[in-house]
Amino acid sequence: MIPEAFEYLAPKTLPEAISYLQQYGEAAKILSGGHSLIPMLKLRLASPAYIVDINEIQGMEYIEEGGGYLKIGALTRECALEESKLIQSNYPIIFETAKMIADPQVRNLATVGGNLAHGDPANDHPATMLALRAQVVATGPNGKRTIPIDDFFVSLFETALQQHEILTEIQIPIPPKGSGGAYLKLERKVGDFATAGVAAQVNLDKKGVCQGAGIGLTNAGAVPIRAKQAEDSLKGQKPSEKLIEQAAQLAQNEAEPFADLRGPVEYKKAMFKELTKRALRLAFDRAKGGH
Amino acid sequence: MAKHNITVTVNGEKHTADVEPRMLLVHFIREVLSLTGTHIGCDTSNCGACTVLLNGKSVKSCTVFAVQANGKAIMTIEGIATNSGLHPLQEGFHQEHGLQCGFCTPGMIMRAHEFLGKNPNPSEEEIRWGISGNLCRCTGYVNIVKSIQYAANKMKGAA
Repeated sequence: MIPEAFEYLAPKTLPEAISYLQQYGEAAKILSGGHSLIPMLKLRLASPAYIVDINEIQGMEYIEEGGGYLKIGALTRECALEESKLIQSNYPIIFETAKMIADPQVRNLATVGGNLAHGDPANDHPATMLALRAQVVATGPNGKRTIPIDDFFVSLFETALQQHEILTEIQIPIPPKGSGGAYLKLERKVGDFATAGVAAQVNLDKKGVCQGAGIGLTNAGAVPIRAKQAEDSLKGQKPSEKLIEQAAQLAQNEAEPFADLRGPVEYKKAMFKELTKRALRLAFDRAKGGH
Repeated sequence: MAKHNITVTVNGEKHTADVEPRMLLVHFIREVLSLTGTHIGCDTSNCGACTVLLNGKSVKSCTVFAVQANGKAIMTIEGIATNSGLHPLQEGFHQEHGLQCGFCTPGMIMRAHEFLGKNPNPSEEEIRWGISGNLCRCTGYVNIVKSIQYAANKMKGAA
């Protein structure tokens, strides 16, 4: 499969890349890891006249803590998250998310920024970023602005990014003590999109009472879904099997998956319930330091 | 559309060519350089038959443009044997019957090449996870795993 012809631009700096986006507008597409865009070009689902390859821009691959946030550069590869000692030890939810994306070769190139900016509700990072209450930094001609993750996903394949903006950084509030999280994904085979996926992040106070919860659902509708009622049901409560069961039922009610080759709606909703249970059990165990 | 002049080091040898931006890396390798050991299987980044090393990282060359490889080093299956003989991975696939039709083998070996570099002492489960982006429709993977274990052992002995 051969894409339609396009003009290839490989800017060395962010301002240069943004100037191309201003110049060519709708006719330009950003190439990051390329593992969503290139298949779409090959299938001719997209045929932009200009490809702006941002991979030559230096200083956009990093994973670091600072100012109360975990900061991830948008060009950070999935494999870097998998191999990061900081992610492995402090952010099992992100480690588990990265590990379940596509396959090793794809993770060598695919980027976190691309995974979010593509606006695909079947991608895995969006649910995790919802659970972690992340924010993304968009850089445009007038500088940077910060977008809360809840405002970021507008509709299917559409985000709050403007045509001349580039997603440059993801900021995740460093979870307080007593926090734990997990990401669970059901897939037919390695490399497939999720039949259902659930990201859960919880925080317990010293008495073991849940003070905060984040639950994001992958492939549960036209946009990544926050299971808000499920989250609210956990706050102020001590974790128990009954509490988890109730929250999972609420998450199932909030999921609005479409029927496709991966199964009918009823089956998928049942899987969202089961995965929510398992993810919450893991998250609470980790919050208690039980792993 | 304007062609781009790219210079790529493939298996240690420098090549310069004018390519259309839309040319896929796998087509550049097979059709411009005539290195046909890298196979095109699914053409959709599922099967891993087209796996090559790009600056040491295994990638699916059906989902990378040749222009993206400009200034970089590529290694293909043709580049791993030396004058002293087959690479331990090639020897392993031979000794342990790691192939039947052989179509997936170059991709399997290039993926295993990066994998063993990072994890020289892998468990069976780690090997299976490591090659989870490569499909084989003949062997059932058992002998492929053994082949990679053979190579791991041999490479440890040589180190």
